[in-house]
Amino acid sequence: MGSKFLGVSVIALAMAVSAGVASARDQIRIVGSSTVYPFTTAVAEQLGKTGGVKTPVVESTGTGGGMKMFCDGVGVNFPDATNASRRMKIGEFEACQKNGVKDIIELMIGYDGLTMAHSKKSPPMKLTRAQIFLALAKNVPGPDGKLIPNPYKSWNQIDPSLPNKPIEILGPPPTSGTRDSMHELMMEPGAEQIPALKALKASDRKAFDAAWKTVREDGAYVEAGENDNVIVQKLEANPTAFGVFGFSFLEENAAKIQGVTIDGVVPEMDSISSLKYGPSREMFVYVKKAHVGVVPGLDKFAQEYVSDRAAGDGGYLEKKGLVPVPKAKRDVAKANVAALKTMTGEGLPK
Amino acid sequence: MTDTSMAPPGTGIRTFDYGSDEAQARVKRRYQAEARFKLYGLLAVLFAGAFVFVLLADIVRKGMPAFFEHRVVLTLDLDASLIDPTGRREIDALRNGDYNKIVMDAWRANFPEVTQRSERRRLEALVSSGAADDLRAAVIRDPALIGQKIRFPVLLSDDADLHFKGLSTRISTVPGAGALDVKVNGREVELSGSGQPFAAILADVKAGLLKDAERVGAELARLPASQQGGNNAALDARRAELTQKVADLRRRAGDAGSAETIDFSSMPSRIIRAEGASIRLQEIGPGSAKGFLLVAPQREMARLESWAIATFATPESNRKASDADISWLETLNARGAIEKAFSTRFFTSGDSREPELAGIRGALIGSALTLLVTLIVCLPLGVGAAVYLEEFAPKNRFTDVLEVNINNLAAVPSIVFGLLGLAMFLNFFGLPRSAPLVGGLVLALLVLPTIIIASRAALKAVPPSIKEAALGVGASHQQAIFHHVLPLAMPGIMTGTIIGMAHALGETAPLLMIGMVAFIVDIPQAITDPGTVLPVQIYLWSDLPEVAFQAKTAGAILVLLGFLFVMNGAAILLRRRFERRW
Repeated sequence: MGSKFLGVSVIALAMAVSAGVASARDQIRIVGSSTVYPFTTAVAEQLGKTGGVKTPVVESTGTGGGMKMFCDGVGVNFPDATNASRRMKIGEFEACQKNGVKDIIELMIGYDGLTMAHSKKSPPMKLTRAQIFLALAKNVPGPDGKLIPNPYKSWNQIDPSLPNKPIEILGPPPTSGTRDSMHELMMEPGAEQIPALKALKASDRKAFDAAWKTVREDGAYVEAGENDNVIVQKLEANPTAFGVFGFSFLEENAAKIQGVTIDGVVPEMDSISSLKYGPSREMFVYVKKAHVGVVPGLDKFAQEYVSDRAAGDGGYLEKKGLVPVPKAKRDVAKANVAALKTMTGEGLPK
Repeated sequence: MTDTSMAPPGTGIRTFDYGSDEAQARVKRRYQAEARFKLYGLLAVLFAGAFVFVLLADIVRKGMPAFFEHRVVLTLDLDASLIDPTGRREIDALRNGDYNKIVMDAWRANFPEVTQRSERRRLEALVSSGAADDLRAAVIRDPALIGQKIRFPVLLSDDADLHFKGLSTRISTVPGAGALDVKVNGREVELSGSGQPFAAILADVKAGLLKDAERVGAELARLPASQQGGNNAALDARRAELTQKVADLRRRAGDAGSAETIDFSSMPSRIIRAEGASIRLQEIGPGSAKGFLLVAPQREMARLESWAIATFATPESNRKASDADISWLETLNARGAIEKAFSTRFFTSGDSREPELAGIRGALIGSALTLLVTLIVCLPLGVGAAVYLEEFAPKNRFTDVLEVNINNLAAVPSIVFGLLGLAMFLNFFGLPRSAPLVGGLVLALLVLPTIIIASRAALKAVPPSIKEAALGVGASHQQAIFHHVLPLAMPGIMTGTIIGMAHALGETAPLLMIGMVAFIVDIPQAITDPGTVLPVQIYLWSDLPEVAFQAKTAGAILVLLGFLFVMNGAAILLRRRFERRW
């Protein structure tokens, strides 16, 4: 059959073409966190419009997956930058070093607040993270301080001042980066607020970690999928339910949902950037220095990300929901980018 | 059995009395059973049809706004010193012109009273960041425009667009009664008139307070009772606070004559419109009111003979567009400057992070290129494999194992093919990431089993007499197959191919591993350029926080369905042409 040979020859031809493509890449490639994706794509688009280079391709692979690809090596087959919703871990840094990715530029691009929110139809709520822990955890301290399966079905069982409504929380599934932050930013500090668990932390670290890393499975916590828009829609339909998601979703949907005041602080731009609001985190972009000057525009990308018009007050990233870094800190970042200062690996979390 | 019992004794022959009542009843029951079955079938079809209809109607309803955009027609002064300072009309120089300033100057000129920085920023945010790009493209297309004043449609931002699509707040306007005296002090406005012109509005506000009181009262009633000996401090404080609030609201609502201050976080906003001006009421008494001038009047106003009051039903803090935003937009709308148009941009531009600029073209071309690669690879391979296995291969253990494996492959989860693609095409062959070429190859692997199985079934369905006749007049085995059997099997093979391609069109999971789930702005020109496909675009848009992307998502789904219809329609036409009857 003629067409069969045609097919084979097309593949052969395509491979020949692609060999040429792979040896010289003229387009920046970025991978990593889905939380940072909305911001990096905005910067990428801006760079494509004004920077005189092709618009970078941004993949949403998750922080961990992005780190792995980023640290796999230097060369056109590996991404030039990765998004991260947390700092690079020491293990990842070492993996990078081992694979020849020696010089990495770290950009702290801004903050993301993890919020708990509910429909505007219901009265505002104030919670402490200890109360959130008691509502979410699988095992909570009983009257004698020993861990028992979570008995709380309604909010007023946790604290009589809370409304008599069933506990119903929609949140991210275990595969999501937001879920990690839910554990680390809400449940762990919450557990530490509870005296019985604080004592447990000192005596049995493992049991303590298990307590805040395990979410109840009796139906009070509903995994709502990676799509935060779906959670917003469900909250609108169900005024007694709460949702856990990033601050940008709360801001975008401020017409329909309201944030829960946590530990006495309302989730707002200011309270998050001053880190007064407890469940907030920093977001990072890591850039390979070895690729600067090889892949056109990579330095411009880093500069654009820390520029005033992008990350400054009133910049376009703020409109996308990023809580900007204070000016002094951003000036340091700008200087670092201009000098292509690389990270040393000191002070990285485990 | 009843029939045997009816047979005459001793004959051993079964006779059957069709006329008996019992037999009649049996026949009737059989007909009834058939009628019931038909009814079940019909109900099933109707039920399924209703689901499809509801689904489609919902998507169409949500997706239609994506096909339209709102623009404001402005008179732009294409100042040569801003666009082409050298005056040489070189493309590069034209590209670097400050088009944003031209657009923004013309836009701000509509509302000269806006001077404060934060207010100006809000006003500027109503125009899309893509408006300057539109103007740049128009000037580069026709440099003769430079130096002229032109009427140009300027794209509005997503929030402004959503307002005109009815997604910000419900606005009800009623004419005001009686004349008003106006005292303007900067932007502060004092309104007063004889005969209590604001009595109706005030009554409306008070009615709102009463409703609030009911809501707070319900919350109070839900508080649990204090426990004996327990720590009730927080609970008691909350109870006292709510009780106080209810009493306060009731008192204010009951006192019909007292003035009220509008709380913009919980009450509907009320805007006085007259002489082209918009005044937001902040304090309302029965005979006088204080307000803030959101939009300045066309001419000096001291006394208003006719005025109207607009109520924005949703409180300001519950929507994205502020009272000022809406007043600006509505003012321009009243001047006839806003136009609604079909959004060709949706079909001509690639992805964007600005909802009003985002288009489907990149994904559409990406899908077309990917499917082209898939078709070119898997149709010849699939049909070749089917012909060999069905007509030429010896039947032995090896071909049995092969057959079982092909059937198994058809049931392998699609993500596995993505992993295979990552390991084979990207890591081993070094093909580029995110390329439709790799996507097409991976999808070809995915649909190959489907096509082989369908093609084999089609070949088997051709009557053996055809082949035997061909062999009988001296054709070789190969001639008999390629000249006679295969053409007759073609319609069946095509059906299998359509199913396979439709399957491939909707896949996202295998493309995740090879980097096609990505933000790609540039429209792919070749199969090695980075590209994405329609279902991936739908997934990516559905996940973005901006509300306007929800309409885009539904719009993209409609485009995907359209693509599917076109593809299947073409395949059915082709199949008709090949169809033979015997």
